[in-house]
Amino acid sequence: MCLALPSRVVERLPDDQALVDLGGVRKTVSIALTPEAQVGDYVIVHVGHAIGLLDPEEAERTLALFAELEASQAEASQPTGAAT
Amino acid sequence: MTTRTDYIRPLDFKQGRVDMNHGAGGRASLQLIEELFARAFDNPALREGNDGAVLDVPPGHRLVMATDGHVISPLFFPGGDIGCLSVHGTVNDVAMMGATPTALSASFILEEGFPLADLKRIVESMAAAAREAGVPIVTGDTKVVEQGHGDGVFISTTGLGLLPAGRNIGGANARPGDVVLVSGTLGDHGVAVLSQRESLAFDSEVVSDTAALHTLVAALLAAVPEGAVRTLRDPTRGGLATTLNEIARQSGVGMMLDEALLPIQPQVDAACELLGLDVLYLANEGKLIAIVAPEVADTALATLRAHPLGAKAARIGTVQEDPHHFVQMRTRFGGQRVVDWLSGEPLPRIC
Amino acid sequence: MKYVDEFRDGALAQQIGARIRAEAQPGRDYRFMEFCGGHTHAIARYGVAELLPPHLRMIHGPGCPVCVLPIGRIDQAIGLALERGAIVCTYGDTMRVPASPWRAGPLPNARDPLGGPDAQRQVRGLQDSGLSMMKAKARGADIRMVYSAADALKIARQHPEREVVFFAIGFETTTPPTALVVKQAAQEGLKNFSVLCCHVLTPGAIAHILDAPEAQQWGDAVALDGFVGPAHVSIVIGSAPYEAFARDYRKPVVIAGFEPLDVMQAILMLVRQVNEGRAEVENEFTRAVSREGNHAAQAVVAEVLELRESFEWRGLGEVAYSALRLKPAYAAFDAEKRFGLNYRPVADHKQCECGAILRGVKRPTDCKLFGTVCTPDNPMGSCMVSSEGACAAHYAYGRFRDMAPPRSLPVAAPRGGSGSGPAEPDPRQSPELGTCGACSAPNQIPT
Repeated sequence: MCLALPSRVVERLPDDQALVDLGGVRKTVSIALTPEAQVGDYVIVHVGHAIGLLDPEEAERTLALFAELEASQAEASQPTGAAT
Repeated sequence: MTTRTDYIRPLDFKQGRVDMNHGAGGRASLQLIEELFARAFDNPALREGNDGAVLDVPPGHRLVMATDGHVISPLFFPGGDIGCLSVHGTVNDVAMMGATPTALSASFILEEGFPLADLKRIVESMAAAAREAGVPIVTGDTKVVEQGHGDGVFISTTGLGLLPAGRNIGGANARPGDVVLVSGTLGDHGVAVLSQRESLAFDSEVVSDTAALHTLVAALLAAVPEGAVRTLRDPTRGGLATTLNEIARQSGVGMMLDEALLPIQPQVDAACELLGLDVLYLANEGKLIAIVAPEVADTALATLRAHPLGAKAARIGTVQEDPHHFVQMRTRFGGQRVVDWLSGEPLPRIC
Repeated sequence: MKYVDEFRDGALAQQIGARIRAEAQPGRDYRFMEFCGGHTHAIARYGVAELLPPHLRMIHGPGCPVCVLPIGRIDQAIGLALERGAIVCTYGDTMRVPASPWRAGPLPNARDPLGGPDAQRQVRGLQDSGLSMMKAKARGADIRMVYSAADALKIARQHPEREVVFFAIGFETTTPPTALVVKQAAQEGLKNFSVLCCHVLTPGAIAHILDAPEAQQWGDAVALDGFVGPAHVSIVIGSAPYEAFARDYRKPVVIAGFEPLDVMQAILMLVRQVNEGRAEVENEFTRAVSREGNHAAQAVVAEVLELRESFEWRGLGEVAYSALRLKPAYAAFDAEKRFGLNYRPVADHKQCECGAILRGVKRPTDCKLFGTVCTPDNPMGSCMVSSEGACAAHYAYGRFRDMAPPRSLPVAAPRGGSGSGPAEPDPRQSPELGTCGACSAPNQIPT
């Protein structure tokens, strides 16, 4: 795997650096690979570099998909083919 | 002819450094002891100025002895330093036997060139920790090694404690059905220390949990019948996972933990994600694991929580029969997995 | 942690699990490979396998850059530190990967410097144990752990008098930061910095698993119904590179994030593709992966690095066009050129089954070495090297499944004997039971 986590950009710093926040932990990372990252954006950080931006709308869409599933599951009767 | 009074230039605790003379046993050694160690640790036994200390053992008690070597990088970290850590660590080792800690010894290996200002800060932190714990440092030793032969300062501490006759608390006493309690949040010390490593450098509000736990132990033992507390242990190096595996092996049992019940600070969780580390393997310096009989579990938990050092105590699992002595965990996700021994040193990962 | 915790919800996982069980047709088997170690880790750590139906099996692919790093490359890095006096900077992951035993012997250019029987005895003693970066460090090699490629560059600036080599490992995700530091070193005109480039590529390796001649030897056993595609690799390269693969091999690919709900959702999407006879690239990880990927990252990689014709993967052997090296314009920063290194492949333990396990033909417990001589503390093969390897994940998280559940009655019935009622299945032999923590057999867990 490549360990990488969505972190919020808190402040842009000189030399393509930025301060990011992950659940209260703050670290300075390079944003040379995501020059478009702005304060407030979520970037995906790997080995001290932001390698991509996280799209909040798409994240909501995926979560909504899970929720839909939950709703449909509630409506459905006992699932068939379940492991015993 | 006039008589000149001896004048010894006081140690320069601002700019001075440890040199080889401080360990040679002559005047310089004596001066370091008098101006720093004796002044900071001051107590009747130490004041005697002998090579050893004489201690009373009240009748009906046995002696418990525990020893610890302390090497840590960095020497100062959020929430503590090697000085208070060396007191807490040994006080806790004695307390985990169910004993009341009564005295400590301290042995210092100093590296030539170590700043006296840092040494003073460490020694004063140690003294404060010992005073707060009510456990005096009654004897000690200092040696100096050449530059490059040490990492600033190493401290060895030995503790003595009094164990009432008939008390038996140990790693081999856990039985199926017993309840596993932990006295507070996990991984705080490990994350506080890692945050200071130059190559990792991250900021968080996490501070080390380093603390002396003997009063917490005393409160717990007073609240439940003798024998109901089977095992006490502080999950230091290797963390909760390794400590529980040790107990499982010693007692010949298995354990089942519940991940959802583990007390973990959100920032510790985040730091672990960031570094690819598992909080179950990170060191704690102010937490204890108590394995107690099921019928006293509620009382024991309430007692821990009533103490300031156990406010976040939690019931995290149970002891079960298992010929393989596995520590297992029901995951928050609804699955099940082994919580294995630590394999090697926990290293930050990128993948 | 926002965008993390929401994707680890256990209750939702149960719902997706129920949906998978409802949609997976009882009459057929589903065999999916998750390529990435990140998925393997999530499946093992969260116990995802227990939520899947028994006829749906997850096979762990070779997607852990540490696991697939061949011994010969570790030997090169150790050699640079021990024999050439370089400071070797590395990510923590490689520190414990086993290297060759012979390296522990005398240095080739300083053979028997003392002469006499003492030196001989010393050499013989050392040959018994294999090295690793960590053990080499204990022998005096200047090996430093870094968290970022930029830290290696920093060390080079601090030690202008020393050669500083960055041991660069990882997939497409980890490559752009390496390319960035090489570019920066060139801009600064650093004279003492170089990179031992071991970056590998995923699409070629996925194809190799289906293509390799060894696959023929196992015949249908290697049949896979689809792939859970890389998460963070795809942030960089996008989803487009898998399209030709899905089309040519007629295998569905669903790119998924590394959180457990992502993995489960991807499995559901794969089941649906199989049921409907589709073989497309779908993207579950839309919050981070686009079709095109990260242009800035691709550009810096293209500027600094180029394809190797072939590269050895531990467990897979030589794989064509599956790795990168520095371009000639950056030759001064290429450790292989700078130090005139020759690559010498080193074979794994003879009984090691990693090659078959990586292809899903065998399971960790099928290997004679598993859990005996090969453990996470003493890994023999690639799958045991990192916690994401198929064997290590099973050993660390799932090996309780190999053991018969503790029972109160003494087990006296002879195993597999006839006429003695249902025999206690031996998980090490039965093909249906006792398998990898991350891959299957959820039906044997007592519930």
